[in-house]
Amino acid sequence: MSLGPHADFIIASYALTAFVIAAMAAWVVLDYVAQRRVLGELEERGVSRRARNEGQS
Amino acid sequence: MALIDLANPTRFLRLVNAVLPWLAAATVILFAAGLYRALGAPDDYQQGATVKIMFLHVPAAWLGMMGWGLMSVAALGTLVWRHPLADVAGKAAAPIGAAFTFICLVTGSLWGRPTWGTYWVWDARLTSMLVLLLLYLGVLALYWTAEDPGRGARAAAILSLVGAVNLPIIKFSVDWWNTLHQPASIMRMGGSAIDPSILTPLLIMTAAFTCLFFTLHLAAMRNEILRRRVRTMQLMEAQRFAEASA
Repeated sequence: MSLGPHADFIIASYALTAFVIAAMAAWVVLDYVAQRRVLGELEERGVSRRARNEGQS
Repeated sequence: MALIDLANPTRFLRLVNAVLPWLAAATVILFAAGLYRALGAPDDYQQGATVKIMFLHVPAAWLGMMGWGLMSVAALGTLVWRHPLADVAGKAAAPIGAAFTFICLVTGSLWGRPTWGTYWVWDARLTSMLVLLLLYLGVLALYWTAEDPGRGARAAAILSLVGAVNLPIIKFSVDWWNTLHQPASIMRMGGSAIDPSILTPLLIMTAAFTCLFFTLHLAAMRNEILRRRVRTMQLMEAQRFAEASA
């Protein structure tokens, strides 16, 4: 496959797109790991999302 | 399961966890097929091999606009029904839409240099696309800098609705003004103007990019729901400490 005289422009386009997509994928994965870790730490400390008096009417 | 049941964040998380692996797999398969067909597609008779940039540029442009459209619908959910998942959807879509708009602008610029002889020109299509990127950055600034998340969400929702005016301007800019950018060649009266040997890989790449968008969007929505749970629990922990020390 020959990319002709403007190969640099084509390669730069594909490289930049791959980089941005990889950055977005890394962002969602790392963010998910971070949120799960903090949630786990809070749950270990006994923090619950439900109010202590919930269910008492 | 009724559609309204998915409006519950816990049920929504369960659905995301079930759907996400399949969506990610579909994205990988579509990209493999799309790239294989795109890199093997014939050169354009005028543009030569630079037509291969189109397989990135066009899907990115579509997703930049679709992302804002999604945010506008989510904004209605935030402002009218005040549903927290609507705000989650809008907030999660903003950085992804901005990234695709950025890809569209840069690949367009890299495509423009060899075909038009310039990286940039202030014509209607390019300028309205740049405005879309600036609008995305404005929404992100509102989300990331507001001290009160609720106020930030409402302000971002209003900007999302106001910014939706830009979408038809982008779409029809090539018809309304005399621009350097080519007119519509895929969705137009009389059918596509692109040869099937180039149109088929373009459609596969568009499907791949669209699958990628929804994979990232659902994952980002899941992260945002977890982030809000973390915030709620941290506030409750702080309240508990305050009560204990009082």
